[in-house]
Amino acid sequence: MLNNYNSMAQPLWQNGPTPGAFYNFTGGQQQTQKLPKELTAAGPFGTKRSTSSITTGSSVLGIRYDGGVMIAADTLVSYGSLARYQNILRVFPINNNIILGGGGDFADIQSIKRTIDQKMIEDQCYADGITMKPKALSSWLTRVLYNRRSRMNPLYIDVVVGGIEQDGTPYLANVDLRGRAYEDYVVATGFARHLALPLVRERKPKDREFTAEEASELIRKCMEVLYYRDTRNMAQYTVGVCNASGTTIDGPCKVSENWTFAATIKGY
Amino acid sequence: MFRNQYDNDTTVWSPQGRLFQVEYAMEAVKQGAATVGLKSKDYAVLIALCRASETETMQPKIMPVDMHMGISISGLTADARLICQYMRTECLSYRHSYSGIIPVNRLVTNLGNKMQATTQRYDRRPYGVGILVAGYDDAGSHLYQVMPSAVVLNCKAMAIGSRSQSARTYLERHMDSFENCSMDDLICHGIKAIRGSLGYEENPSLAINVAIVGANLPFKALGDEENHKYLEMAKAIDNPEKVADEAPPSDDDLLGQGPSAPTDGEDADTIASTEDM
Repeated sequence: MLNNYNSMAQPLWQNGPTPGAFYNFTGGQQQTQKLPKELTAAGPFGTKRSTSSITTGSSVLGIRYDGGVMIAADTLVSYGSLARYQNILRVFPINNNIILGGGGDFADIQSIKRTIDQKMIEDQCYADGITMKPKALSSWLTRVLYNRRSRMNPLYIDVVVGGIEQDGTPYLANVDLRGRAYEDYVVATGFARHLALPLVRERKPKDREFTAEEASELIRKCMEVLYYRDTRNMAQYTVGVCNASGTTIDGPCKVSENWTFAATIKGY
Repeated sequence: MFRNQYDNDTTVWSPQGRLFQVEYAMEAVKQGAATVGLKSKDYAVLIALCRASETETMQPKIMPVDMHMGISISGLTADARLICQYMRTECLSYRHSYSGIIPVNRLVTNLGNKMQATTQRYDRRPYGVGILVAGYDDAGSHLYQVMPSAVVLNCKAMAIGSRSQSARTYLERHMDSFENCSMDDLICHGIKAIRGSLGYEENPSLAINVAIVGANLPFKALGDEENHKYLEMAKAIDNPEKVADEAPPSDDDLLGQGPSAPTDGEDADTIASTEDM
């Protein structure tokens, strides 16, 4: 077993002193706090609180248009500065009217996605025709992430939730590791927040939503800019689209890279 | 119904396959004053016979649960308050987590499961209250009947409580017109239905109270003025046909409504259910 970990071992005594911890000799009121669920599961390496991210996904960009939403993310999961896993889908279809793009620690993304998938299966088991709506999922995610952060053990993620509401209106929101959520016609995580948000906001027509073609073109352009400028991105990306006819994940698409301008740079 | 050797515990079956304690709990519902529920495409209405009094303003019969849902009860009020509190907590919890209103049929399903637990344990007793749940959500208008046997029925119209058979008969007769009824007509139908449960003479200590929920209309129990307005409206419709309709109920009705020992735990007096749950 890993590190001689014996999962069947019983503790030597119950309710007694723990080496290194304070022991309540006088008894009486329960001093010890009950540990939250995510810290009580025994494992070969123990469990600890952590605020660091190990394998990370970079930017995610979401754009709302008149018929639905689009969420794009590249297919890279980095290990620090190493481009470790280069063919990972980071945009997921949740159900027929929700898509989710995950950035930040990818293990945490996979963990929360598993929980979300279990919720979708629950909905199927009810078999009453009721499916979760994007706003409900976004709200639930906010509560979970805020609770984790308040227990000083966050899920280190930054997600974009998008989809179609019951009455057909598109919904797009960004929820981050601290449980902060907001809705807008364009949301982004990571470097895209700095590079893509201003780009899209500049091109937004004042009196109407984007069309599907405009949104698609903007995504293509932003992915290109992000590839050139963000060192934790790569040239391949996927785009999730959610509209009245359902959800699809298009891709992987390639950024049309053109490095010939490099030769024109002085000192290159 | 006579006492027998199988009725001491909820956990004891009779040789005929009956749970007597559950059936006795259903009797408790028949002790309460009648209440009627009916729905149209856009509205669901609850009518209740409340004990009127100048001094008290509480309406223990009709309880709002959330903006989109409310219940009306018949039976043990204390049990009803507990159930209402559970439903309200579930609604609030759902609002907190999901920023929206809980689908009515999911809450009612949960309630049914919760009530079933009390029919299968030696240390619990069934809740002694029948409730009518009226709600409106994304799936349209809803009316559910939940009984102490934990049977949950989706209804187009229903009446429970003492002397409610005549109300059910009225509802069954007019059921087909409810779907496209206007709000006012729906309330008038409900009032006319529940009139039958008043008994021979107008009982001054029982007042008719109305509550309604629907599209763009949060659940509300109508105030005295509006109640009075609809009572007058119903009376006005009534008068031309008064001779034909208002024959006094037969003797049988005074003793209860229909068979008092429904078989299979199923409520044999149920009418107009759209699906079994």
